[in-house]
Amino acid sequence: MADAAVHHDIAGVYEPSLFGTYSKKIGMWLFLASDSLTFGALLFAYSYGRVSNPSWPTPFGKESIINATIMTACLLSSSLTMVLGVLAAHRGDKIRTRNWLFATMFFGAAFVLLHGMEWSKLIHEGMTPFTNPWAPSVPQFGGTFFTLTGMHMLHVTIGVIYLGVVALRKKFLPVLLLLWLIGWLATPASNVFHLGVHVLLIGAVVAAMVLFLHPKDYDSHDVEVSGLYWHFVDLVWMFIFPLVYLMSTRV
Amino acid sequence: MHTVAATHDESKAQYFWVWGALLVLTGVEVFLAYEQFFQPVRMLEVLMVLSVIKAALIIAYFMHLMFEVPFMRFMLMAAIVACLCLMCIFFADAMRILSLGVK
Repeated sequence: MADAAVHHDIAGVYEPSLFGTYSKKIGMWLFLASDSLTFGALLFAYSYGRVSNPSWPTPFGKESIINATIMTACLLSSSLTMVLGVLAAHRGDKIRTRNWLFATMFFGAAFVLLHGMEWSKLIHEGMTPFTNPWAPSVPQFGGTFFTLTGMHMLHVTIGVIYLGVVALRKKFLPVLLLLWLIGWLATPASNVFHLGVHVLLIGAVVAAMVLFLHPKDYDSHDVEVSGLYWHFVDLVWMFIFPLVYLMSTRV
Repeated sequence: MHTVAATHDESKAQYFWVWGALLVLTGVEVFLAYEQFFQPVRMLEVLMVLSVIKAALIIAYFMHLMFEVPFMRFMLMAAIVACLCLMCIFFADAMRILSLGVK
């Protein structure tokens, strides 16, 4: 185990950690640094289009802004419950840790659901990755919007699965498969999420591989590392929300 | 689960304060956007400043970076901020298109 290098009892065998912390946390920070550049590129591309096109569409009315504000509140609240879960894990309180993780997953799932409804509404109004009904001279609006928000929605979905694995381990697999089946059967075949819900199936396969090939009891370090990922997802939305929604408000 | 000794003040109150501050800043953003206080470019600047403040709160408190060793804080933030700032070079071209009307 990589963490053993930090907590070993043999003096002089290993050098102390460069950042004074355990390797899993450093690994997650490095991943988040690279992921921030991915989102940075997408956000800058969107901003470039927004600044250079005076006729950029403003399709988000009062209803959409209220919906996006509730989504933001969901993510901010999920960060609070996540940090409370990390505190409980540090105290060794398993039950509270699991409950806070469940609360975080609930807020994350609510975010994905609200975002899915927003997507469906826009698609119903005629928006595609290549066209939009509000500004035909700015066809890139749909492509940049769906790429940026879709990438973030994928990260939130992966985050909910990640937290589910940390909280429930193998017991989470049937729950995930049940959610996939319900999502698949409940969405009409014409809806984009009829296909998109298969992310849950892929997530279940990957989670099963991790859980069966490397079974372990997740400790407070794992909860803290999963929290880093979750807070990053929240952080990215703090830029997407004003840039995509508030900059395209229809008053 | 292993019990890890806390190395800093982990009172719950500070997290609730940060959460409240983030919600208030979000409210300010929505208000500014809905009242259309500024022109688009100025609005983008104002909203991004508020977003950077929110991101700093999340990184410092929720992600615990302010409680890590200074070397880790400096290395991570300097690298990420430098790379993201380099991307700003594209805005000069965006402004050129806007002012010249190049299609």
